[in-house]
Amino acid sequence: MNTAIAGVIATYGITLLLAWPLSRYIVKVFKGDKTWLDFMSPLEKLFFKISGINPKEEMNWKQHMKALLTINLVWFIYAFFVLMFQDKLPLNPDGNPGQSADLAFNTAISFLVNCNLQHYSGETGVTYFTQLFVLAFLQFVSAATGIAALVVVFKALKEKTTTQLGNFWDIFLKTITRILLPISIVIALIFIFNGMPASFEGKDTVVTMQGDTVNVSRGPVAGFVAIKHLGTNGGGWFGANSAHPLENPNYITWMTEMVAQVVIPIAMVFALGLFIQRRKFANIIFAIMTLGMIILLIPSMQQEMAGNPAIAKLGIDQAAGAMEGKEVRFGAAATGYWSTVTTIISTGSVCGWHDSTMPMTGLMQMLGMMLNCLYGGCGVGILNYYIYIIIAVFISGLMVGRTPEFMGHKLEAREVKIAALITLLSPFLILAGTALSSWILVHYPDINWAVKPGAWLNNPGYHGFSEMLYEYTSSNANNGSGFEGLGDGNVFWNVSTGFVLILGRYLPIIGPVAIAGIMASKKYVPESAGTLRTDSLTFGAMTFAVIIILTALSYFPALVLGPIAEYFSL
Amino acid sequence: MKKYLWPSIKLTIILIVLLGGLYPLFLSAVAKMAPGKGDGVKVVHNGKVVGYENIAQQFSDDKYFQPRPSTVNYNAAGSGGSNKAAGNPDYLKSVQERIDTFMVHNPEIKRTDIPVELVTASASGLDPDLSPAAALVQVPRIAKLRGIAPEKLKDLVAKNTKGPLLGLFGVPTINVLKLNIALDEMK
Repeated sequence: MNTAIAGVIATYGITLLLAWPLSRYIVKVFKGDKTWLDFMSPLEKLFFKISGINPKEEMNWKQHMKALLTINLVWFIYAFFVLMFQDKLPLNPDGNPGQSADLAFNTAISFLVNCNLQHYSGETGVTYFTQLFVLAFLQFVSAATGIAALVVVFKALKEKTTTQLGNFWDIFLKTITRILLPISIVIALIFIFNGMPASFEGKDTVVTMQGDTVNVSRGPVAGFVAIKHLGTNGGGWFGANSAHPLENPNYITWMTEMVAQVVIPIAMVFALGLFIQRRKFANIIFAIMTLGMIILLIPSMQQEMAGNPAIAKLGIDQAAGAMEGKEVRFGAAATGYWSTVTTIISTGSVCGWHDSTMPMTGLMQMLGMMLNCLYGGCGVGILNYYIYIIIAVFISGLMVGRTPEFMGHKLEAREVKIAALITLLSPFLILAGTALSSWILVHYPDINWAVKPGAWLNNPGYHGFSEMLYEYTSSNANNGSGFEGLGDGNVFWNVSTGFVLILGRYLPIIGPVAIAGIMASKKYVPESAGTLRTDSLTFGAMTFAVIIILTALSYFPALVLGPIAEYFSL
Repeated sequence: MKKYLWPSIKLTIILIVLLGGLYPLFLSAVAKMAPGKGDGVKVVHNGKVVGYENIAQQFSDDKYFQPRPSTVNYNAAGSGGSNKAAGNPDYLKSVQERIDTFMVHNPEIKRTDIPVELVTASASGLDPDLSPAAALVQVPRIAKLRGIAPEKLKDLVAKNTKGPLLGLFGVPTINVLKLNIALDEMK
């Protein structure tokens, strides 16, 4: 077996080895058991005291959502204004300008919702102040928001009948102080000792061997990149994201970044089983998610390693694979793996440009984001999967003619309606957005925006359509990667994707929390012989079928117009 | 909502200080002990800084090993790739032109031996490395221009090749800047 593939397998193996102990640790944190980080406790108490928060006050699901939305609103307002006026603030060694209102709107929302779509380049579009105090800050708190919402669902699933689902502030702050911050420090130290910059020095000027004068952008990169991955955020310090040799200097950092972005999503699946004491239920979810990943991964790696058929016609040696938009130190296999992982979970960082990947790989990337539940982003991946479970329970119930039950509670019309709405939301946002942008491109190519519609595609034909489809898919999934050739730096893309980001974030959080909260408040129905067993392989297969059918029905026509047509025309 | 507003604002301020301020400050302090002191690792040649280890630089002279094509002109003030799609006709034309140029400068090489990474743009535009194939294919040209035996150059390439991690994981790479410095230091 070649070393490129061995590296990928080893990386996934390390992820699993770390995810298991991490899941046990996460469960301890949220159950309030003793852990070795309990020395943080006085600090947390101090934070709560200053903030006027009683962390012992139990909340119902509505109170949780109110607290979550309120603090998110505060972050948005803060981020929006600081980004607009960043040129007047300190820590701007490169003298970068403030962001326009529409760009600040997009950037603030994008980092707020754990997406990190970046319609600017890190070297010129933001300052050290905004990178650290706005973007890195949001990378921490948005990941903690997702995890906190999931823990509310965990608590709802665990109890027989309750409305008391813990305290939002307590869960949220502990996610940061006990999980995200300590692990980020460890990851950042690995980066630092592999040559990633971490100081506050500005752009450097060097004279090269042949006498050219060039600049080198730098900054406190390492800490940013650690939480960027650990929190499944994905926004890069530099424009080239994790393909930049200072943001991902070697294979060790590659493996670290790769492990960091999947370890919490996988650990949360195991944690689910431990927390609600249904290990088999969680293991089957894990198996289905892993199966889904492998189905997307194998064609991606195969296509990238096989190389570009159009270049093969030029008669050169393609042993290295499809190397356009890739880096030598990672190679085609590793970049193919990354492209799958970063799209199934909602990171969206890249170590090679997706726009230049093969059409089938692009298809797999978009499918990964459309499903958005194969492991998925911090917290929200399981919330998305939970919606599919509800639909699967409902359909199974219809098939056997019984009132469906899930975890000892009746599943009734209201919950199914919420689940159905959440399921329909994604195709609506993605397809309506793509249709709107295509329509504008065709009918108004010369509108006087910063990037004219007629000029916003970087590639002609089917692939151009894919660039727009990808952008909305990524926004809705809160992923943040892009077919980056798209000229998205104008008011249309900033505003339209901004709204898709908000809806694609908060409704899929509120929906599952509401369903779980409502169900948990119902009377407990003990399991009987007639109860649909949700921890069986049959039910796992049923959920998988529901996921595939819903996705295929929603997106197949659009995907045919984009990557599939491109594949057959290449 | 109102009940949650003040706690939200206060907690936000605390976390901004902790996560945006103390966290990176702590890391930058630790980084003083790391290679490059956290400023990025520089390469010194003849007592002069000639660049960053991880940032590609241009070598237009045929007497040097040349790095992969860059869409940002090897200036790390920015970074990025072409974002060209696999079947884009303009893109394929530019690859064809790079192949033709390479053939002119390396007449001893057969077209089928040109490794794809030498005629396609890297993702960052700053890719500091070559694969062994992309370095070796340049050996005949450099050997001829410098009057060094090709075998010696092949040894030099081999000596500057960083194998896969632990010999097991990933792909071998050659840092172009270091390779060219070693080339200049050859007797």
